[in-house]
Amino acid sequence: MKDRQRRSTRKAYGETLAALGEADERIVVLDADLSCSTQTAIFAKKFPDRFFNMGVSEQDMIGTAAGLASAGKIPFTSTFAIFQTGRAWEQIRQSVCYSNLNVKLVASHGGITVGEDGATHHCLEDIALIRVLPNMTVIIPADACEVEKAVTAAYEYSGPVYIRVSRYDFPVICDETHEFTIGRAKVLRAGEDLTFIAAGLMVSIAMDAAESLAARGINARVINMATIKPIDQKSIITAAQETGAIITAEEHSIIGGLGSAVAEVLSENCPVILKRIGICDHYGVSAQPDVLLEKYGLTAKHFEKAALEILAKKKSK
Amino acid sequence: MPVSAVQLFELQEIARSLRVDVLKMLHNADSGHTGGSLSAVDIIAALYFHKMQHKPEDPKWDGRDKFVLSKGHAAPALYAALAKAGYFDSRHLMTLRQYGSILQGHPFSLTTPGVEVSTGSLGQGLSMANGMALASRLDHKDIKVYALLGDGELQEGQVWEAAMSAAHYKLENICAFVDNNGLQIDGCVKDIMGVDPIADKWKAFGWEVQEIDGHDFNQIIAALDNADQVKGKPSLIVARTVKGKGVSFMEGQVKYHGTVPTEKELTQALDELGAA
Ligand SMILES: Cc1ncc(C[n+]2csc(CCOP(=O)(O)OP(=O)(O)O)c2C)c(N)n1
Repeated sequence: MKDRQRRSTRKAYGETLAALGEADERIVVLDADLSCSTQTAIFAKKFPDRFFNMGVSEQDMIGTAAGLASAGKIPFTSTFAIFQTGRAWEQIRQSVCYSNLNVKLVASHGGITVGEDGATHHCLEDIALIRVLPNMTVIIPADACEVEKAVTAAYEYSGPVYIRVSRYDFPVICDETHEFTIGRAKVLRAGEDLTFIAAGLMVSIAMDAAESLAARGINARVINMATIKPIDQKSIITAAQETGAIITAEEHSIIGGLGSAVAEVLSENCPVILKRIGICDHYGVSAQPDVLLEKYGLTAKHFEKAALEILAKKKSK
Repeated sequence: MPVSAVQLFELQEIARSLRVDVLKMLHNADSGHTGGSLSAVDIIAALYFHKMQHKPEDPKWDGRDKFVLSKGHAAPALYAALAKAGYFDSRHLMTLRQYGSILQGHPFSLTTPGVEVSTGSLGQGLSMANGMALASRLDHKDIKVYALLGDGELQEGQVWEAAMSAAHYKLENICAFVDNNGLQIDGCVKDIMGVDPIADKWKAFGWEVQEIDGHDFNQIIAALDNADQVKGKPSLIVARTVKGKGVSFMEGQVKYHGTVPTEKELTQALDELGAA
């Protein structure tokens, strides 16, 4: 992996939340006994009256947030991604999304890079579970800077939003000038041979892969698809038309997440060769995050190999 | 304040007319939940026509008390009460469950004036009521949040999470009812999955608990007034009720949980209610 500076996405969340809380008293925060991990503890310390620790009860946390939102508050709920979206999925569906309530669900510990805690704590299904819900907006920021912008955008937006952050510190790829708009993808690198469409941690890895490929004379476009829903159809279709080959990359099951969302757009609008990189329908195991990324094929080397393969397919067509 | 004889008579008349509406709506819709709507009518009538501060002409009025029908399948009883109170024209009642109706099969806050939050998936209402109570505390608003749960609904784990939260956060402006009719869909609650002793359980969870006859307005209103005096903890009113209350052949019958009256049954029921 390239030597990029790293920053914690969950800490960026906690700090942004505390800053927003300073400016707007309507913001309230709920956590389920993981406030130190999710970093909502920063807000809790500053605004104890507007912080509600609900204990280990995710369903009640979501319901309580729905009630707070119905009364004009802007609740942010946080816990690990698997517990927020898995344990409380039906509460999110019935109590929050159905009534289009203004609840912001910010889940930490998304993906496989949760690492050592193992399969019970990895979250490889949240995007599939959550993007199926009407009224829901789904965002996976690519780095800490984008977390700040995305959390602010979610606060300014009216309606339910899901944001995934991580335990693992992400390489920094955006700078302060980065503009984030819900629903708009960003082309981080131009290229005509193929396109990487990535989200979250995978964006920086796709950038690394694209740089190496460039040294071999292959120009890969890199798109940061931070908003999974509503997905930026135009950027996907343009990439398909202009590059003719797409690789999606996500720290999530290849079933139901970004790869599926891109496939849905491509197959209806502009079918081209597609390769989905992600976790291939299995549970994770305990290990250091970097070991898991290597084992499960989520490194720049793997992405380069996938690029060469898809290019060969494209040529043989 | 105790209810006067005139008020009592008026409430009984309102409850009778709500029962008539419920039966007509359900017959017209040809599907829905009869027994659990009828058992809840008197509690809902006492709230909307005696106890709660609210303005039907201004459903979002800031100072209103709030009601969450956690057992959302009793929606017909709530809709009948909202229409009678003036939240919407009563002609909507006969559109229940039809395409394009503001009255969905279960309460939906975005289409029905007066419905605070959407319910129907059992177990979720009390958490939302708690959220409203917390918000009112932050806003220094002196309002009360009422919730109505089924006894079968108490089998849902989230109810007990919410019971803990309300006590932990000392939500003295929460007052919840259990519509203790003893029945659920597949049979008697005690046979399917016993929830007794209800009162002791909620006491152990830190609630102030009262047990009443849920069809006696004097008792309902006295319990509601008592709940206003409770400090530092939420209140639960376990209301002993009869499923299908008011219609002789429906009372205590499991069958009428999700069965609506036929033409003939409707005629007989309305006759019993003096509305034929
Ligand atoms: C989560 C959930 N599971 C199942 C149902 C289906 N259901 C509707 S009513 C009911 C029984 C409820 O019994 P109780 O709470 O005692 O209601 P009542 O007898 O007062 O009508 C069930 C299982 C539901 N609405 N929600």
